[in-house]
Amino acid sequence: MNPVRSLLAIAGMVIVSGCSDGAASRDATGTRPARFAEYDAGTVPGGPGVGQPFGLGRSAAASQIAAWDTDVGPDGRTLPAGRGTVAEGATLYSAQCQQCHGAKGEGMAPAYPALIGRPPEAEGFVFAKDPKLVHTIGNYWSHATTLFDYIKRAMPLTAPGSLTDSQVYALTAYLLAANEVLPDSATLDAASLRAVKMPYADRFVADDRRGGAEIK
Amino acid sequence: MLSRRDWLTGSAGAIGGAVLAGVPGLADSQDAPAAPLTPPADPTKVAGAPTSDLGGRSPFETPHRAPTGEITGSSLTPLERLTGQITPADLHFERHHAGIPFIDPAAHALLIHGLVERPMQFSMEELKRFPQVTRTHFVECAGNGRNAYRAPKPEMTAQKVSGMLSNTEWTGVPLTTVLREAGVKPEASWFLAEGGDACMMTRSVPIEKAWDDALLVWAQNGEPLRPAQGYPLRLLLPGWEGNINVKWLRRIELGTAPWMTRWETSKYTDPLPNGTARRFSFELDAKSIITTPSHPDRLIEKGWRPISGLAWSGRGRITRVEVSTDGGTSWYEAELLAPATSKAAVRFQYMWQWNGGATRLLSRATDETGYVQPTRAALVAARGLGTDYHFNQIVGWDVATDGAVTFFGESA
Repeated sequence: MNPVRSLLAIAGMVIVSGCSDGAASRDATGTRPARFAEYDAGTVPGGPGVGQPFGLGRSAAASQIAAWDTDVGPDGRTLPAGRGTVAEGATLYSAQCQQCHGAKGEGMAPAYPALIGRPPEAEGFVFAKDPKLVHTIGNYWSHATTLFDYIKRAMPLTAPGSLTDSQVYALTAYLLAANEVLPDSATLDAASLRAVKMPYADRFVADDRRGGAEIK
Repeated sequence: MLSRRDWLTGSAGAIGGAVLAGVPGLADSQDAPAAPLTPPADPTKVAGAPTSDLGGRSPFETPHRAPTGEITGSSLTPLERLTGQITPADLHFERHHAGIPFIDPAAHALLIHGLVERPMQFSMEELKRFPQVTRTHFVECAGNGRNAYRAPKPEMTAQKVSGMLSNTEWTGVPLTTVLREAGVKPEASWFLAEGGDACMMTRSVPIEKAWDDALLVWAQNGEPLRPAQGYPLRLLLPGWEGNINVKWLRRIELGTAPWMTRWETSKYTDPLPNGTARRFSFELDAKSIITTPSHPDRLIEKGWRPISGLAWSGRGRITRVEVSTDGGTSWYEAELLAPATSKAAVRFQYMWQWNGGATRLLSRATDETGYVQPTRAALVAARGLGTDYHFNQIVGWDVATDGAVTFFGESA
């Protein structure tokens, strides 16, 4: 059994409609029928055979995957072709973004977040001490690739998906320059965006809450 | 034609017949009447209303969500108007990031790809051919309680304080079952869930949650999901912050690292006093709120009454709820009105005899990990006043000698 199959067997969560011995197969909380292992073992009458899927669904075409799989992760591996400058981004921002996010990227609370700003009092990742400190791209965001991914998938709010990849590069360049992460002369493409390091990328930590007595 | 007012004012019964069936608006309790209600003096002496195609609420019951009016906004469940443990589908809280999409279920498909043996897609009809499960779980927005944490005000209602909490009977299929069709490769450690809304909401999920208790759900409380809850398909990750329960789910990609989406980096992260911020802080810690009595109730008479509310934990079962009727000096164990189940809200009740004096009512929940709902002071010490999510401090209600009930939350 490979590791994934072992995990699946452990997961034990599927119930068979039509079977009636539920009480015997429930765990201590009475809420989780432990049947997946039985499916996996092929011992459920009418279920699939040992280790077999149900055979439902259809193969996904490569073209469909390509059309939907537009995400860009932190490694920037899937960044598309195209390029844009800070100056081009500034023009686009004025035309398509400032209506909601403000001429200076100050945002419009609570619906439209601030994007731009490096006020001294909010430097050093001191946000826990004062809710009035404004989170911006420059003083909070951990990955520049997130900007590209989000603008491309979701902005502008009333016409998502309408920007070209080069326009998304330009807006990303403008917002990074306005947040003092890139110089005003910058041009962004896939390689240069992959190389951008955000000022506070190292401040994010794993969740260490585990329940129990301690308040974290 | 019979008007809405005719029926609401009681004259419909005298007309009788089948004309009411299908009258638009009558079944929709959400646009409840402003007109004065004048039922017949003796309903046993007047013919009643006929049957109808949809059952609406009594015109005397007009619960409403509280929408912010923005397509990126929220709309809060009126907790103080509800009893039992299940949130009616039309009162389930909303939080959207690009509005509610209008989706034809016949055209909707779920794509599963990435680190799988066989990239697959599933229509809604195909998903419904898998063995189904029905489970009750709460969904709570990670930002629920922020206003009361930062700036509590006496005029806050339970809806305002904690209305981004709802509890639902969900029906769907375990994610493990569907993933097996595609064959997850052993090296897969995270998956990306993407919605079909106008921001194509994306969140990264550790694969262990899929093996544990993740569900793909298409029904709430016995009927298809409401559009605001993800129609026709949503990811349900029991006990985890609302945002990651991706609505209008259309794509799952298996990978080896999180995608660092906008919602899991710039939002839904928790600044801490040591100059860091938690990310991927999925679980919702144990929490409770008294919903009766609550503002703007006014206690008219001294004597016995139930103190009642909801308790929930994203880490498992609620094992105990305690109520204080003296501002926290002494605590009494409340009764749970139904068996508590894992990652579901449970209704609690404590019978209280009001003597007419001024006092403060509080509740605190304990879950099966032994975690006890903290005071706000303890949370502020651990996370700071400026932390952004996961507010589960003890809250309550002040009762004045004139019976007025106002919100109490600790402040700085």
